[in-house]
Amino acid sequence: MLLQVKNLHVSINGKEILKGVNLEVNKGEVHAIMGPNGTGKSTLAAVIAGKNGYEITQGEILYNGKNLLDMPPEVRAQEGIFLGFQYPVEIPGVSMTNFMRTALNEIRKYHGQEPMSAKDFLARMTEKKDLVELTSKLTNRSVNEGFSGGEKKKNEIFQMAMLDPQLSILDETDSGLDIDALRIVAHGVNKLKTKENATVVITHYQRLLDYIVPDFVHVLFEGKVVLSGGKELALELEEKGYDWIKKETENHSK
Amino acid sequence: MKIEKNAIPALKNIPHWFDIVSDKNGNSFTGLRAYRQSAFEDFNRLGFPNKKMEKWRHTDLSASLSFDYSLATQDFNMQDVLSDVFECDVHDLESFVVNLYKGRFVFKENNLFTLPKGVIVGSISAAFDQYPELIEKHFGKYGKTDKNAFHALNSALFLDGLFVYVPKNVIVEKPLQLINAVGASDDVFVQNRNLIVLEEGSQLTLIHCDDSYNYKRSFTNSLTEVFIGDNASLDHYRLQNINNNSTLISSLVVEQERNAQLSTNSIILNGGLIRNETYTKLNGEGANASILGVYLADKNQHIDNQVFVDHAVPNCTSNEQFKGILDDYARAVFNGHILVRKDAQKTLAYQNNANIILTDKAVINTKPFLEIYADDVKCSHGATVGQLDENALFYIRQRGISEDNARMLLMYAFAADVTQEIKIDSLRDRIEDMVKKRLRGELSICDQCVLQCSSPEKYNFEIDMSKI
Ligand SMILES: Nc1ncnc2c1ncn2[C@@H]1O[C@H](COP(=O)(O)OP(=O)(O)O)[C@@H](O)[C@H]1O
Ligand SMILES: [Mg+2]
Repeated sequence: MLLQVKNLHVSINGKEILKGVNLEVNKGEVHAIMGPNGTGKSTLAAVIAGKNGYEITQGEILYNGKNLLDMPPEVRAQEGIFLGFQYPVEIPGVSMTNFMRTALNEIRKYHGQEPMSAKDFLARMTEKKDLVELTSKLTNRSVNEGFSGGEKKKNEIFQMAMLDPQLSILDETDSGLDIDALRIVAHGVNKLKTKENATVVITHYQRLLDYIVPDFVHVLFEGKVVLSGGKELALELEEKGYDWIKKETENHSK
Repeated sequence: MKIEKNAIPALKNIPHWFDIVSDKNGNSFTGLRAYRQSAFEDFNRLGFPNKKMEKWRHTDLSASLSFDYSLATQDFNMQDVLSDVFECDVHDLESFVVNLYKGRFVFKENNLFTLPKGVIVGSISAAFDQYPELIEKHFGKYGKTDKNAFHALNSALFLDGLFVYVPKNVIVEKPLQLINAVGASDDVFVQNRNLIVLEEGSQLTLIHCDDSYNYKRSFTNSLTEVFIGDNASLDHYRLQNINNNSTLISSLVVEQERNAQLSTNSIILNGGLIRNETYTKLNGEGANASILGVYLADKNQHIDNQVFVDHAVPNCTSNEQFKGILDDYARAVFNGHILVRKDAQKTLAYQNNANIILTDKAVINTKPFLEIYADDVKCSHGATVGQLDENALFYIRQRGISEDNARMLLMYAFAADVTQEIKIDSLRDRIEDMVKKRLRGELSICDQCVLQCSSPEKYNFEIDMSKI
């Protein structure tokens, strides 16, 4: 099993946000996590990626059987975890090229590989930016600086393509995208899919799932996975709305 | 309150030095003896600055002045100096190199030479003999000897320095590099005096390096007077990499005529105590001054930047940007004063000082100050003090980059705002490389005479963008 989240409880400043999340992801699978705003989807993604500022009060996360919570974020990344940020960060003065070359080579070093030659690196840049139709104008800039919302999201997928992760968690990569950009992003993600890797798409809307077809859909609600099912669950959710989930969970607890 | 003179060891020898210097120098140039005398009186009246003075509140010189320095008056064997100090002369920048050793001019054959098209470069003390009319017109006209104790001290005691004269409409293609190397067998006290005169329509690039070549204590007080004539342009750099036992006071005083362009960029990499003062008077319409700086300090280092821009006439622009990164117990001071006089309508003046503080022990005192008497002007100032952006750090680390390298990238990017303004490619590469080394804690004071030694290390990332 690639990722195993077991009974995960997470608090921020003493307030419990995740209240016992369970999730299992195998190689070759695409999972979707859906749920209304503020239910903890980004928190889950951030905790898997290793961001500071969260108290893990219970539970564990295993990645390829290893305890993920002991690793600093860069080691998790080097182990193959990629987070596509809901709000990609602008980093003025750090060029995309430098950023990617440094990242790629640190990951290679972790796996005992030599740094990639400049020639191979450039070829890879070209190939991957074409995949998401990112222009050189953008890859020559500082990381995300002056990028539009859509360009930032494409840039996340570009970085995913460059680093070739084993587990990609894409946090609301679809939000703020027009239909063309959405197609491009989804096409990129689908192209990168192999039997050896897995993708978790976090989304608010069913729309993205027309393009990235999930094997499993999970509904996260108030810090818990309250429903899991196949891709038809997303359609049901779209139809009945999140209020339905609310009622369902209320009924359950009665 | 005036501090007791006897309390300051560095003061002890000054009268004696003054006697030696005024006997040795200036016999040929009639005005010099009187100039020195009056400067000496000014200094006696002013004394060394102390923390009770507004402009020195945050910079304490008492430790720097607590040593019994010696003035470098002895002549030395040029050949020894040439081979010992300036042994590396592999240039990756084609430039004229002018060396000062302990504040004295080092020359192989001639100490003052004329380049094609009448450009004069060389020892200022030689220029007193050979070009008294040029000296007469500009020397001592811009420094503030009556108000500034270090200008007064320099004027009373200087032995030598660089003189540059660029005639009308002459463009000096190769950058001129002034290297002041301090460090000697004993605690050396250096008074370096430079005069740069750019006639109408001329252009010059001047790189002024202050280096140490060992860990010996030193005190350098440098004063550079600059005249930039109508439509003339000076591209000026201060590169400072001195040891932690040394003190450097470096003043640049500029007068700009109509449409004159000044660009000055201070790159402060290392030093015990460094205070840079930059004054420019925008004295002709259309003049523009760009005053930039970046300072990197750690341990107990103290870096002080004082900028005074005098908008004396209408339609001039000035832009000040200083960025600093402070680690450990380092302290920095920024004091930017923009004066817009009553007639200086349509002035555009911008000023910013941004700092990153890496520890809670490092201290920055930043004080932007606008003094505006005209009503139709656009002026802005700002100052920020912050830490590295945690969100950016996480973003970078999430891509597999170690925390140390993530910090490095962010600090480097922060400084790059200033370093990328360096106009000469090879100089920019060299400086960016030194900044990287400095941030990694790998810069040594042996990385001296900035452009002379070794070619820049090739970065392990960085790629030619044009090929992508
Ligand atoms: N840094 C933070 N400090 C305090 N509360 C936070 C922080 N980040 C998220 N939260 C809270 O945690 C809850 C879940 O947020 P988030 O994981 O972003 O939800 P989602 O991604 O599902 O919209 C929200 O109530 C939000 O306000
Ligand atoms: Mg979210």
